[in-house]
Amino acid sequence: MTEALVKVRHLVQTFNAGKKDEVRALQDLSFEIYKGETLGLVGESGSGKTTTGRALIRLYRPTSGEIVFAGQDIAQLKNGTPQMLAFRRQTQMIFQDPYASLNPRMKVKDIIAEGLDIHHLVHSSQERDARVAALLAEVGLNRDHASRYPHEFSGGQRQRIGIARALAVQPQFIIADEPISALDVSIQAQVVNLLKDIQAKKGLTYLFIAHDLSMVKYISDRIAVMHNGRLVELASADEVYNHPLHPYTQSLLSAIPEPDPDRERQREPLVYDASMAESGERQLVEVFPEHYVLATAAEVATYREAH
Amino acid sequence: MADTKPIAPDAFAPAQVAETAKEQIAAPNLTFSQDALRRLKQNKAAVISFWLLVLIFAAALLSLVVTPHDPNAQNLNYTYLPPKWGNLHVPFFDGYQNGIDMYAHNQVPKGTYFLLGTDYLGRDLLSRILVGTRISLFIGVIATLFDLVIGVGYGIISGWNGGWVDTLMQRVIEIISSVPNLVVVILMLLVFKPGLTSIIVAIAVTSWITMARLIRAQTLKLKDQEFVLAARTLGESSVKIAVKHLVPNLSSTIIIQTMFTIPTAIFFEAFLSYIGIGLPAPTASLGTLLNDGQKALQTQPYLLIYPAIVIVVLMLAFNLLADGLRDAFDPKSAH
Amino acid sequence: MEEILAVKDLAIDFATYAGVVHAIRHVDFHLNKGETLAIVGESGSGKSVTMRTVMGLLANNASVVSGTVQLAGEDVLAKSEKALNEMRGNEVAMIFQDPMTSLDPTMPIGKQVAEPLLLHTKTTKAEALKEAVRVLTLVGITDAQSRLKDYPHQFSGGQRQRIVIAIAIINHPQVLIADEPTTALDVTVQAQIISLLKAIQKKIDTAIIFITHDLGVVAGIADRVAVMYAGKIVEYGTVDEIFYNPMHPYTWGLLEAMPTLSTVRQRLFAIPGTPPDLLNPPQGDAFAPRNPYAMKIDQEQEPPFFPVSKTHAAATWLLHPDAPAVEPPEEIKRRKQLWAQKEAKR
Repeated sequence: MTEALVKVRHLVQTFNAGKKDEVRALQDLSFEIYKGETLGLVGESGSGKTTTGRALIRLYRPTSGEIVFAGQDIAQLKNGTPQMLAFRRQTQMIFQDPYASLNPRMKVKDIIAEGLDIHHLVHSSQERDARVAALLAEVGLNRDHASRYPHEFSGGQRQRIGIARALAVQPQFIIADEPISALDVSIQAQVVNLLKDIQAKKGLTYLFIAHDLSMVKYISDRIAVMHNGRLVELASADEVYNHPLHPYTQSLLSAIPEPDPDRERQREPLVYDASMAESGERQLVEVFPEHYVLATAAEVATYREAH
Repeated sequence: MADTKPIAPDAFAPAQVAETAKEQIAAPNLTFSQDALRRLKQNKAAVISFWLLVLIFAAALLSLVVTPHDPNAQNLNYTYLPPKWGNLHVPFFDGYQNGIDMYAHNQVPKGTYFLLGTDYLGRDLLSRILVGTRISLFIGVIATLFDLVIGVGYGIISGWNGGWVDTLMQRVIEIISSVPNLVVVILMLLVFKPGLTSIIVAIAVTSWITMARLIRAQTLKLKDQEFVLAARTLGESSVKIAVKHLVPNLSSTIIIQTMFTIPTAIFFEAFLSYIGIGLPAPTASLGTLLNDGQKALQTQPYLLIYPAIVIVVLMLAFNLLADGLRDAFDPKSAH
Repeated sequence: MEEILAVKDLAIDFATYAGVVHAIRHVDFHLNKGETLAIVGESGSGKSVTMRTVMGLLANNASVVSGTVQLAGEDVLAKSEKALNEMRGNEVAMIFQDPMTSLDPTMPIGKQVAEPLLLHTKTTKAEALKEAVRVLTLVGITDAQSRLKDYPHQFSGGQRQRIVIAIAIINHPQVLIADEPTTALDVTVQAQIISLLKAIQKKIDTAIIFITHDLGVVAGIADRVAVMYAGKIVEYGTVDEIFYNPMHPYTWGLLEAMPTLSTVRQRLFAIPGTPPDLLNPPQGDAFAPRNPYAMKIDQEQEPPFFPVSKTHAAATWLLHPDAPAVEPPEEIKRRKQLWAQKEAKR
């Protein structure tokens, strides 16, 4: 079995706890991310997938639970501590909106070098410029672009600048929070290919958050499906697509539009009835090896029987 | 559609595409502020206002070094002299009043002119206006300093920290802003002598409130922006995030709000001096000049008109420039 | 088939500080009564600007260089602002991308849905509200009568888009323009909205122009498809022709760049580079710099439309009789095989 880089144990994230507007964004999340793999995390808006990403990278402080990263629980680390700073170098994030994720008042060069400056990774301005040029080349941009401002770039180019910024600190683990959903189709493929190439070259581990299931299937080794702050299914990408067990996963799969008129004419979307989740105690159970489903004991038995 | 040109025999050979041509950016390299400046230049009112303000600032600064006459020198022989521009005999500026040459009547020596006339103590109005403008602008600059130092800092800290810090700081602001400025000044008069100090302290207490509120609102918006989150995931400290990411993105709000703070402060001082609790005699400020001028309105209207023109021009210029800056920095909010 | 909308030789420029942007460069298309035409293109390809022109909603710095827009026999470009107001929401209606911003948050939804009726017809308020309930029920808002007084924030994103659709169709427009109506929605909701649009089209017999960058959605809703690139239409045809027998390398690229659930590929095909800057469009075919099949002539001369069938044409020199035969990518070959099978059956 491959080694787990990130182990999430009973992660709970509650906002405005105890107040009228309490939001239980994540409820008892447990999963592992193996070293070198891409774990796809899908779900609709409000399912908690972005919150999961932000809790893992400690933009939020989890209400309870453990996040063990490379053997150390980082769930309750305080900002500014040396351990936190070390964690910040090892984990990076790629954001959704290529327009909002780059400071409009900074040159591309300074955006990319921000991590280098924080962690004192370069010692002279020549070294800094050289590192920036190398990072730009790595994401397929020109070194002349370093002195320009973000607004001059197209969405795809900006997203690549964001990737270069994340790579600057040489992280092990990258959380990509819907990195392609704001991009045009022809550009999406560029960014996905780039992410795959970088992963192959550097042996990175990815958590790829998205709502576009066809792209997630393409890029991920395993897929986790979220609904209402809980994990409903987790299995290898092929398994999720070929043998989805949870009715929510089935409805998600049935709704994916395909660029094929004949299939589209035959498609019948399944509607998921969320009220079914309200009856009975459900737990994430390993129904088949490496295939986890949120289910009651009775449902587990039916799943196994049907197989 | 018919082919327009004849097709060359090798036209269907594979093309060579230069690699570099693919990622070229054609638009000129404009920074955000250059772009804003370009839009500002298109706004004629703002440009004229800007140059008027430069002129007024320059004249006010010049008055530190040299004025046509001593602004505080009294000469009872020269009281209420009408404006006279040399021997040019321009109507209203020829030294005549009610058909009498007042300069001859008061036996003013030849070669002594008062371009905008004199007041009831024979002081030169032009010199007093220059000095008064300087004091008004000084008060404007002081208010700006408080805006920048207290207002911006307070707003960022309150917005960035959120939670109970934010709640506490907002309650403090509400308490301060619930006390009318005038009451604050009158309270100051109990402690300080009437004069510049009490006005400045009153401004220090109250002027930065609006700035702090605006900056807090903007900070709240900015702190959820992904580029700020990115800086946090890189491990940037809060102070550095404020300096590198927040302040540059707040700069347009800061500049625009400053442009509104300055005229408000100037007007506040003029108002206090006008009602008599501002600057004491003989210090000239636009407010005291208006106060003096109003007493002789029936006979010597120019004593009121010229300071009034200066304050009106100042107000208008600052407001038009502020509007222009707002449109330039934030093209989406224009109209 | 009867034409309801015809756009001929439309060219639109935008004046910016850096120069003139040629946003639309001679676009021709038509829309038949009751059909759905999908216009596919990336951001900046000019699809939204074209639709704004049809609605008479062009920005101040835009100028129409050439062309006509005929809606039900009338020239839209010649209409006065008053006549345009009469037309919008009545003969043509638009559904926007973001249901969060296209509803007025301070107005109850009943009033918003009834408004176009009150504006364009002589209906009493009571009648208009009654009609609003009917249309809201039609778009799938349950218990519409009791929800008339509710405000937009009390509805979910999908429901809000349904309300937006209700506003658009209450006057039975002849043309409904949907500008990326499902992009902001979740996949499951997207599927519902698309089947809703199809059902409504049958019921009120309106023609739909569906603007999108997502070819997957197009396959499910369109009768005909036009592919736009850099301010021009580069290929048009029926939905089967575009998906099973595409001719333009850009259409190939778009189809190849999408991973499907069934196909397993090691690497996605990505169209290299970025779309051209329309400040100074490249000479010849604007797609040439990103086109692996580019020929010398592409860099010199813009390709005209070469007809493939009565309904299908593509603007690429590859279709010129003198052009060498090229091997299309694997994914396209697979699609063309399906096409050949279909042809054989016919």
